Amino acid sequence: MSKAYSAGVKHYQESYWTPDYTPKDTDLLACFKIVAQEGVPREEAAAAVAAESSTGTWTTVWTDLLTDLEYYKGRAYAIEDVPGDDSAYYAMIAYPIDLFEEGSVVNVITSLAGNVFGFKAVRSLRLEDIRFPIAYVMTCNGPPHGIQVERDIFNKYGRAMLGCTIKPKLGLSAKNYGRAVYECLRGGLDLTKDDENVNSQPFMRWRQRFNYVMEAVNKAEDETGERKGHYLNVTAPTPEEMYKRAEYAKELGSRIIMHDYLTGGFCANTGLAQWCRENGMLLHIHRAMHAVIDRNPYHGIHFRVLTKLLRLSGGDHLHSGTVVGKLEGDRNATLGWIDLMRESYIQEDRSRGIFFDQDWGAMPGVFPVASGGIHVWHMPSLVSIFGDDACFQFGGGTLGHPWGNAAGATANRVALEACVEARNRGQNLEAEGKQILADAAKHSPELAMAMETWKETTFDFDTVDKLDVAAQ
Amino acid sequence: MSEVREFKSRLSDANSRKFETFSYLPEMDAERTRRQVEYIVFRGWNPAVEHTEPENARSSYWYMWKLPMFGQTDVDTILREVQNCHNAYPGNHVRLIGYDNHAQSQGTSMVIYRGNA
Repeated sequence: MSKAYSAGVKHYQESYWTPDYTPKDTDLLACFKIVAQEGVPREEAAAAVAAESSTGTWTTVWTDLLTDLEYYKGRAYAIEDVPGDDSAYYAMIAYPIDLFEEGSVVNVITSLAGNVFGFKAVRSLRLEDIRFPIAYVMTCNGPPHGIQVERDIFNKYGRAMLGCTIKPKLGLSAKNYGRAVYECLRGGLDLTKDDENVNSQPFMRWRQRFNYVMEAVNKAEDETGERKGHYLNVTAPTPEEMYKRAEYAKELGSRIIMHDYLTGGFCANTGLAQWCRENGMLLHIHRAMHAVIDRNPYHGIHFRVLTKLLRLSGGDHLHSGTVVGKLEGDRNATLGWIDLMRESYIQEDRSRGIFFDQDWGAMPGVFPVASGGIHVWHMPSLVSIFGDDACFQFGGGTLGHPWGNAAGATANRVALEACVEARNRGQNLEAEGKQILADAAKHSPELAMAMETWKETTFDFDTVDKLDVAAQ
Repeated sequence: MSEVREFKSRLSDANSRKFETFSYLPEMDAERTRRQVEYIVFRGWNPAVEHTEPENARSSYWYMWKLPMFGQTDVDTILREVQNCHNAYPGNHVRLIGYDNHAQSQGTSMVIYRGNA
């Protein structure tokens, strides 16, 4: 039935609060944590968020009547309390799949994290989770290759992979940088990494870096007989430049390149991931700027959403936090987004911060990368928490060894293999880790030295962004 | 702080070659090997034995010792096949694989006998 046009401002909840709505399997669902301005009712704020992130404008316009807004609008369909916090509440919003261009996380996030975040009726707003319907997932390219293909390419089975970010992160010449790579790889690491800040600065232009690094990779492979890689960072000021660097990495025979998906942007990242699929190249993803977006518990986008966006946009590795090192990360929340990276179906589990079931269908998994402030003493916990499908990156924990990178690499490799062997035997790594490492060190002076060097180092700060749980 | 040590790994020294998982630990004795076989069985993986001349170890494809032992869960039978392969090719690397057909990949792979460098 047709409606008459009536100009003016309507309450959002008249159109966008639909508590009787049952979400469809094809709907894209979102959970927002809202702190509303004083005096704004919950339903009105939730409806406003639904409206402003979909079809709504602050006032009625006559062209609304030229379309079927009832079909296209986002709907706030549920409101929930935030455990242990009276100031905020969760709003669940359903969006019809037609609102989003196929295969475009750019388009999804432009709507869901667009103007609505500056909207005056809310004091703060946080996008906690998104359920991507399988119908949408299958329109996305996803990881270029995924975990199993990477294992075959690098010939690594039955254990996590070991990496290291080359330091100091700024200021080395290309040749000296390649030296540090070579020493790490010949000592037993599988992978080394450009630091995210390393692009193509005056002290080290990208082309020389790529040349020396690949010489280092190739020599370390010949020397050890094992397959090695270095994440050549192709993050660049323009997409054209990014592809140029990627092509050169391929020409040199590198198996893997690297990109910063937040500073580089989702558009560049999705394009690069498709290039990687096309060219048989693995893609390591760094997440610089994530903490700006995800650290504040009341405003921004939770990392589990950034994780899903990356899996859809495409990447074979993604930094996940370590739980045990120097960086932020609540253990259960971290386990939640590690599942989102690796598993094909993840069930709603509020104890891990998972608000919706998520079905990835045939989309390959992403290796979580644990990096930052970790050393050999953390190895038993890392193996216990992450299992085998992960990459552990010891920067200072390799390069800081008193005998140099190669010895540091050997120490880490021995520690990893000793922990995996013990786990397979049925030993409890968290309880018996110290003894397992001590036994392994009897055969490895490099490990013994590393254990001596870092024995007092722990990073014991409380987490800022905790899961929302009721006060104990 | 002890004296800095040289890292002795050489292109010219075949003993510098490694062979992935567990190759940075001492060679496995019978008891350690048995426990890893038990793990493969526990995980429900299909055991398989492969071997190669050490100089050809970098290939993805080593020689299969017969066929993967699909459904084999008897640890002694698996160990016996590893031993048989080693007896037939005493100078070769012999590795034990656990095929994970769910992941369509290898759940694990480890060299049990290290060939003559």
